[in-house]
Amino acid sequence: MTKTIIAGLETHVELLTQSKIFCACANRFGGEPNSRCCPVCTGQPGALPRLNRQVVRHAVLAGLATGCTVNPLSHMDRKHYSYPDLPKGYQITQHKQPLCKNGHIDLDSGKRIRIARIHIEEDAGKSLHRNGVRYIDYNRAGVPLIELVSEPDFATADEVCEYLEKLQSLVRYLGISDGKMQEGSLRCDVNISLRGEDGLPGPRTEIKNLNSFGHIRRAMAHEAARQLALAQSGQSVAQETRRYDEKTGVTHAMRGKEAGHDYRYLREPNLPTIAISADDVETLRRQLPELPWQKSRRYIQVMGLPAKDAWNLARHRSIAEYFDAAALGMAEPRIVANLILGPLFSSLKAQEQRENFAPLTRPEQLRELAQMQANKKISAQQAREALGQMLSGGQPAAAFVQCAQAISPAELEALCRRAIADQCDAANDYRAGKKNALQAIIGAVMRQSAGRADARQAAQIIKDLLKT
Amino acid sequence: MSDMQTLHEGLTRGRYSAVELTRAHYSAIERRNPALNAVVLTTYDIALAAADACDKRLAAGCSLGPLDGIPMLLKDNICTQGVATGCCSRMLEGHLPLYDATAWQLLRSCGAVLLGKANMDEFAMGSTGETSSHGPARNPRAPKHSPGGSSSGSAAAVAAGLVPYSLGSDTGGSIRQPAAWCGVVGFKPGYASVSRWGLVAHASSLDQIGPITTCVADAALVYDAIAHPDDFDATCRGQCRPAHPALRLPLGPRRVGVIRQLWDAADSSLRPALDRALANFAGVGVDVVDIDLPTARHALLAYYIIACAEAASNLARYDGLRYGLRADTPTQSRSEGFGGEVKRRILLGNYLLGAEHYEEYYARAHNLRRQLSADFADAFAHCDALLAPAAPGSAPLLGEHKPTYLHDLCTAPASLAGLPAISVPCGVDAAGLPVGLQLIGPSRGEAALLNLAWHAESAFGQTPRMVTHYD
Repeated sequence: MTKTIIAGLETHVELLTQSKIFCACANRFGGEPNSRCCPVCTGQPGALPRLNRQVVRHAVLAGLATGCTVNPLSHMDRKHYSYPDLPKGYQITQHKQPLCKNGHIDLDSGKRIRIARIHIEEDAGKSLHRNGVRYIDYNRAGVPLIELVSEPDFATADEVCEYLEKLQSLVRYLGISDGKMQEGSLRCDVNISLRGEDGLPGPRTEIKNLNSFGHIRRAMAHEAARQLALAQSGQSVAQETRRYDEKTGVTHAMRGKEAGHDYRYLREPNLPTIAISADDVETLRRQLPELPWQKSRRYIQVMGLPAKDAWNLARHRSIAEYFDAAALGMAEPRIVANLILGPLFSSLKAQEQRENFAPLTRPEQLRELAQMQANKKISAQQAREALGQMLSGGQPAAAFVQCAQAISPAELEALCRRAIADQCDAANDYRAGKKNALQAIIGAVMRQSAGRADARQAAQIIKDLLKT
Repeated sequence: MSDMQTLHEGLTRGRYSAVELTRAHYSAIERRNPALNAVVLTTYDIALAAADACDKRLAAGCSLGPLDGIPMLLKDNICTQGVATGCCSRMLEGHLPLYDATAWQLLRSCGAVLLGKANMDEFAMGSTGETSSHGPARNPRAPKHSPGGSSSGSAAAVAAGLVPYSLGSDTGGSIRQPAAWCGVVGFKPGYASVSRWGLVAHASSLDQIGPITTCVADAALVYDAIAHPDDFDATCRGQCRPAHPALRLPLGPRRVGVIRQLWDAADSSLRPALDRALANFAGVGVDVVDIDLPTARHALLAYYIIACAEAASNLARYDGLRYGLRADTPTQSRSEGFGGEVKRRILLGNYLLGAEHYEEYYARAHNLRRQLSADFADAFAHCDALLAPAAPGSAPLLGEHKPTYLHDLCTAPASLAGLPAISVPCGVDAAGLPVGLQLIGPSRGEAALLNLAWHAESAFGQTPRMVTHYD
């Protein structure tokens, strides 16, 4: 009996603002415990919240970028529960009227994942356990979050990871979050159930504590298998919250969390209605950059790049903008793309550098080099080598390329004949049908020409020669 | 001249120094407070320092503002940085706030001399002063009787002449009702006029800070000093226009509406004083009419539902982890720290906000509140002010332990509608206990309301000038 998975995501994104959501405390990661808090975010008697408008701005941008409707009026609510890291005994969030609703993120397959709502809320503090004592750090209490709730449209872990990767790319593009799962600025809870015999979703469990794409895949696989096993043995799946244990790869029911906790929602009386005019929305809409999936689509449809390459370029805004600048006006943007995806990316040692992409070589310099390749003044191999050297010093191509050393067609043909003669085994293999044998012959031409030959041209000539 | 103006005059003319004034008031507190229990904490050092600064200003030839050098008290739920603010609860006994309430900051910048913190019902929940962890204050006009609540000490201290003014807070009547029972003036500004930053929250959509004084003029002076917009309170708009300069303007044609539902609910022993007050109004040319406000009948119920729900929410933070009484667990801290009435209201509030009962109670109370506000607005279309007793009865004996929620019957409506309202003494009942007349004004109409109240006060001729030690 196989069953299909039905999954939905609740994603929390920490926003990059100067201050926390309801007070003037600095919104920063790390630091000495309890060094960035005040009467408001520690819930002192008599303290009152005041809304940071940057938070609203960031949330509306996220909503507009995902095609949401922005509610012209929304408000904050109190969600009550008792926990040491929740200083007021309630979280100020949006329950009844979220800022944004009814958006989507489309996957590469064309499948649409619907986003039911995006709302703003405050984060809680953090617990630290040391020597059997629990300590509470309130630095994180009051950090602004947006919560994006998807519809249960996911069928696989791959889809979940693709959605999250796109979301991560988006929030960084918009500059509203650094979207780092390891640091907790992007957190994800997965709600998962199996489709029953009747076609309806079975009871769902919520999985928490998923800090990486790997965790998500493993947790979803484990949970689906667990639910399937229960169904097969005739038992029912309890609707509950489970915590993923990264060491063992299994999920455990969380103690003390009952399903259907009554949060006693109450409209927050200390904060006025949030009003956003149509003009406000339009002003923000004009501030939207070309979005990652828009760039990707343009690279595929207009520039003719393959889908995987297009996304690798589009995914990080700094790379995409570098590419856009370098490929400006080029008839063959593929050349620039390959130079970036190949030698440029290899030169980046850490993932960090891709996200904060700032190579010494300026886009115009890359374009200059690419033009030389496009005009056949240098070969692809020469361009790659030149780029490798340009990157370390930021000098222009001319310093490394001797254009006069381009090979004439006659010279190239001579080199190919010689290589065929030298590589007679490979030539025979090729004539016998082993297409791969061609590579050995091309390699010989490249070596003999010290990389000046153009590999594609050489391949064509060799093939023609071997036909005879 | 008002009491504050008298003192101001005395200081300005050099009849006494601010330090002398402070010492005299402090001695009075030392002498009389043991019997009254109006003051739960004295802040003599702070007072002397402020008085000294005032004297230096005088010596330098500066002209004094109307509040400069004048001693006063703050209700124990108004935060004073580094000075115990306990809300008369075991939960916050000795609690030292990290910051000052805005209203206090404003008064202090006017030169106010803080003599201490005033007794109150625990967390402002009560109408007789009897839920205080310090024991109740006593009514100076009738020491075996309650001074009212929750601003019990604030009212008692002013009525006893210990200070010319104090700040109280009003959620369902906690300034107006004790003022009425003690025979002094109590003013609840319209919601959003005075910043609530630093007022320990009871019910956030209802709480307001306001002055308790011996006369309307002084209430206007203090109100003008504290009614300013505040960045730290997102709901606070400040005042529309200053009240004191407009206080003595001639009345002109005015109409006041007597809210029948509340008027008829008053005890018969209050009638003579209330009726005389109406007659005095008519005597100064004010047109007195009857007003029907049917929703006012249910206002008390809606008030308690909303107030308990918000109070339960506001008190969720008291778990002993960051401040306050700390037992072994949060549950134990709360069990030991809260008194019976506070616990009752928290349990009730959580019950009402529960998903099961929300629609049945809270949602309906919310709708009634909206309707009441609309009905008030309709009434103000043809009345300048509305009248009601400040309380349906006069001060009960202390220790009676009867249900006290009914004491808020007449004051709850204006609280729910967020309207400015003031209680002005208008005589005594059959037992000689003070009676207060409540005047309610339209939203943002504090200045006109206080103007009317000032004329009413003159017409009633009741303002007591308590004999004080500074004469």
